Parts: sequence; C-alpha cells; structure tokens
Amino acid sequence: MHEMHQLSTFWFWVAGAAKVIGVFTMVMLAVAYMTLAERRVSGFIQDRLGPNRVGPFGLLQPIADAVKNLIKEETMPGTSAKFYFVLGPMLAIMPAVVTFAVIPIAAPLPTPVGTVDMIVADVPIGILYILALSSLAVYGIVLSGWASNNKYAFLGGLRASAQMISYEVALGLSVIAVLLLAGNVTLTEMVWQQQQMKLWFVFPLSLAFIFFVISALAETNRLPFDMPEAESELITGYHTEYSAMKFSMFFIAEYAHVLTASALMATLFFGGWDIPVWTGDDMFWHEGALIRGFDEAGAPIAATPNVLITLLTLGAFSAKTAFFVLLYIWIRWTLPRFRYDQVMHLGWKVLLPAALGYIVLVAGTMLVLDQLGVPFGFRYGLILTGVSGVTTVAFLFFVDRDRVISGAHGQGSVARIRARAAASVAASAAVPSAARTAPGARPTTQAPPGPASS
Amino acid sequence: MAISVKVMRRPEPGRTSYMRATLKGMSLTFKHLVRLKKVTLEYPEDQPDLHPRWRGTHRMEVHADGRPKCVACGLCPTVCPANCIRLVGGEDDQGNRYPIVYEIDEFRCIFCGMCQEVCPVEAIHVGQHFENAEYTRDRFVYDLDRLMEQDHPTTLLWDPSDPRSE
Repeated sequence: MHEMHQLSTFWFWVAGAAKVIGVFTMVMLAVAYMTLAERRVSGFIQDRLGPNRVGPFGLLQPIADAVKNLIKEETMPGTSAKFYFVLGPMLAIMPAVVTFAVIPIAAPLPTPVGTVDMIVADVPIGILYILALSSLAVYGIVLSGWASNNKYAFLGGLRASAQMISYEVALGLSVIAVLLLAGNVTLTEMVWQQQQMKLWFVFPLSLAFIFFVISALAETNRLPFDMPEAESELITGYHTEYSAMKFSMFFIAEYAHVLTASALMATLFFGGWDIPVWTGDDMFWHEGALIRGFDEAGAPIAATPNVLITLLTLGAFSAKTAFFVLLYIWIRWTLPRFRYDQVMHLGWKVLLPAALGYIVLVAGTMLVLDQLGVPFGFRYGLILTGVSGVTTVAFLFFVDRDRVISGAHGQGSVARIRARAAASVAASAAVPSAARTAPGARPTTQAPPGPASS
Repeated sequence: MAISVKVMRRPEPGRTSYMRATLKGMSLTFKHLVRLKKVTLEYPEDQPDLHPRWRGTHRMEVHADGRPKCVACGLCPTVCPANCIRLVGGEDDQGNRYPIVYEIDEFRCIFCGMCQEVCPVEAIHVGQHFENAEYTRDRFVYDLDRLMEQDHPTTLLWDPSDPRSE
C-alpha cells in the first residue's frame, strides 16, 4: 500500500488534464444516451417501443443521429445576423458543459503518484461558479432567437430570458438553505457535511429540494416549463431556424443542462457520491490529510482511499444522477406545458417569497439549535427534518386547491366564480322568471380583469 | 350506432387538488412505463393480421394448365371507376376469348374491389397484400404475367347475408 499524499504540481496538471478529458467524454456520452433514454422512455410511457433498430436495443441510435446531423445541410437564413447566429449555439453549449467541472463525482482515487480528487476543479467558490455560469446559458438562447430574424424564434428567446432570469432567483434562494446548513459553498464540503450528519440534506431541507427541482426544471427549459421551445405555439422557438450540427448543439446543451441539474440535485440533496448508511466511504481533506471523521475527542480519523471505494461511489453518484434524469423525462411526459403568465406567477409570486420565508425559517431553527448547544449531527438533522416536514406539508396544503396555483380558470378564480354565482342567484331572484335564462346575467361585483373574467 | 356524448363531471374549482392530480398523473405514466404490453408492431418481423376483406394488390386466377381464367369480357375496365385496367381481348380457334393485353396500373387503382365483384368467371381479384414497393414508376403497371404470378390470398367478397362477416 502506497503512502497517501497530495499530488506534486506536475502530477496535478497531468491528473487535471486526464480528468478534464475523462469528465468531458463522460458528459458527452451521457448526453448522447440521454437522448436515447428520452425517446425510449417516452415510447414506453406511450405504450410504444421507441427506437430499437440501430444496434441491440437501439444502443447505436445516438451514433446514427450524430452522423445524420453531421452530414445534413447547414442552413443560414438570408436575413439573419450571421455572426450572432453562429455564436448562439456556441454560447448555449459552453456553460452547459463547463458547469460539470465543480461537481465531485466519486471518492478520491489513490494512485502511485498521490491521491487524486475525483473532481475536475475543486474551486473554493463551488456552487457560485455553477450559478454564475448557468445564468450565462440564457445569452446563447436569446442571441440565437434574436439573430434568426424570425418572430417565433424571437418570442422563444424573449420567453427564455424572462423565464431563466425569474427562476434563477428561486434556484439561488433554494440553494442558500443548503449553504446555511453546509456552512460552505464548495460541493466537496457539502458532500462531507452530509456524510457527517448521516442524513442527506433532502430530509432536513425538504422544501428547498422541492423548490430546487421546480426551478431546475424551469432553468433547463424542460416541460412543464418549456416556454422557449413550445412546439405548439412557437414552432420550436429559438432554434426554429437552425439545422444540422448547430441544431444538435442546442440539444446537447439542453441535455447537458439536465445532466448538470440532476448531478446538482444528487450532490446538494442526496449526498453526492455518498453511499447511504456505510461510513467507510466518507472522505475529506482536512489540514492536508484525508480523513474519515472525528473521534470522540475530536481528533481526526485517517481514511484509506481505495480504488474499489472510488468505483463504488462513482456508481452511487451515477445511479443518483440517472434517477433524476429519469425523473426529468418522466415529468416531461406527464405534465402539460404551463401558460406563460402561470410560469411567471409561480416563479415570482410563489417560489420567491416562499423560498425567502423558508430561508428565514431554516436560519432561525439553526440559530435556536446552536443556542441550545445541539451538536451538528444526526439529531440536529432530525430536528430540522421535523420542522421542514411540517413546513413542506403546510406549504403544499396552502398552495393546493386553487389557493395559490390555479388550473385553467385563472388566478383567484374560485372567489370570482362564487361571486358570479351569488350575483346571478341574486339577479334571478329580482327579475321575472322569463328573463332568468337570458345570457347576460353578469355579476354585479367588480371582477378583477383577467383571462377568465371576460 | 348512435353517437353518445360523455359528460365529464368536473369538480368545483377550489375542490381540485393539483398536487394529487399531478401525483396521479405521474403514477399513471409510470404504470404505462413498466407495462410490458406495447402496441408497437415490429413490422418486418411481425406481419399485421389483415382483415379478410382487406383489398390490396391484384392477382389473376389461373387454370390448371396455366392459362388465365379471364375471358376478356370487358366488364372490369368498364366498371373500374379509376379507369386503371387496360384490356385487349382476343379469340382462339375454338372461339374462346382470352386477354391479349391485361394491365392494371396500381398507382391509379383506388382498390375499390369492383373488378372482383363484377368478374363473371372469378378471374381478377384484389388480395390481402400491401407490400408492393418498387424502385421505378413503370414497375407499378402490372401486366398479365405479373398478375398471374401473385400468390397471396384473395379478398373475401362482401356477403349481403352476413354483412359483418361474423
């Protein structure tokens, strides 16, 4: 067994380059197979089989698609802004791919030259880097929508910018709850804190997780929030005018975003590469040494990295990420698209204040727990779980049944419908029965202007 | 069959749980996801079950000695609504009429099956067959030899005494 130590500068660069290539390849492969998974799962959900012709179970379908997209004709609308038209897909794909760099994918790997962290760049700003880059993605979409010189593409781009900026806020606020609990912004530390608490953050921060899932769906422009694409309204929105590889770059970007968002959900709320219950995989750099935890006296216990542990944790991370990718696809083929005003309403009037209130609640609970001297650990997590659980149930109950989120009737529809019914009853009591069937029985109360009131 | 209108009872707004509706939808799609029975017919391997009265590619019945059963009476080109049958009849030494030219343009044909209905000697038939792709357009004009070569099952005629073929 070789000595556990950090890498020398030379090997750090070598390992870094190897990780960049490895992770990039993994992300691209995953994206390719996510397109297949999307088509197969959508097929199964609709009682079809999906593409199963190219290769066994259709496994070579992504390659066939890639070849097809490469040899297709590149079209360029005559009236487009050429430079930005070409720049659009590049800007769309770049942030989607690079955000994966700060997500730890497995436990540190021991090599003869030292222990290699299984993360491309363990930058100290961690999640801030992801938030900063993922908001850049909107530029690619809005630029390509504008540069196409097509009204549908332009509308798609506009919607994308409005939606992504709106949900960025809710996404950031739901992450803040995690930051409060983890006490740090690096994702490696978040995984470590979840291992220390012996409880994944999804339990103590259940409402933040729900907010994160919803905002991530909107951030990645997936159904039920695929406003920018909206096939039935905007043809396909911002990429209407694109063909061949430029079109396919938007798709790669979308799926890379989904992958990153799924990996983030797994890392922030489901322990990242942590294997549940088993503590043998807990590993963290503490004062230059890889530790597994602290003993009773607070002295660090050294950890022994192992290739097997690395592989197992990589498997755990992949399984969790794959689950969320499947959840994305599952939601996509279940829920219909929101109306645009409903999306904005949900983002600004529901998620934003609720997330703010939740942060106050989490911070307050943590303050009380710290004041009471409850040590950070399983019990601490359990108490937070209780508080969050009650809040989650209360929030869902409060939102449900037309109180905040409404169906096709429009906002405040219940009050309006009841008022109209009461008014028509009152009117029919006042007029003779012959006039009762007249269609002009309008409510006497002033109904607020809205789509359903006309 | 009379048209029936299904009236959906909609719950009063304010009594509908959107969370429950979403979860119900998710469970429904999940049930379909794991359901093994799919409706897809994997076509080239699995062939569809054609209805006995399916009207597809034509075929000409032949006598045991290889002659076509057609007597060149001219009823089928007359009745054909798409005017896709070209028939030039001839007569041999014994006075038997036979087709010299018998061509069906499968592109023009609307597969109504009236040629089969009208044929007095049950020579021309439409058949339970649909795979007739070709590389060139002229291959779609089937001549007499080609019609006689077809060996797929012929279409069952509509029987007025058994209108639903039960």
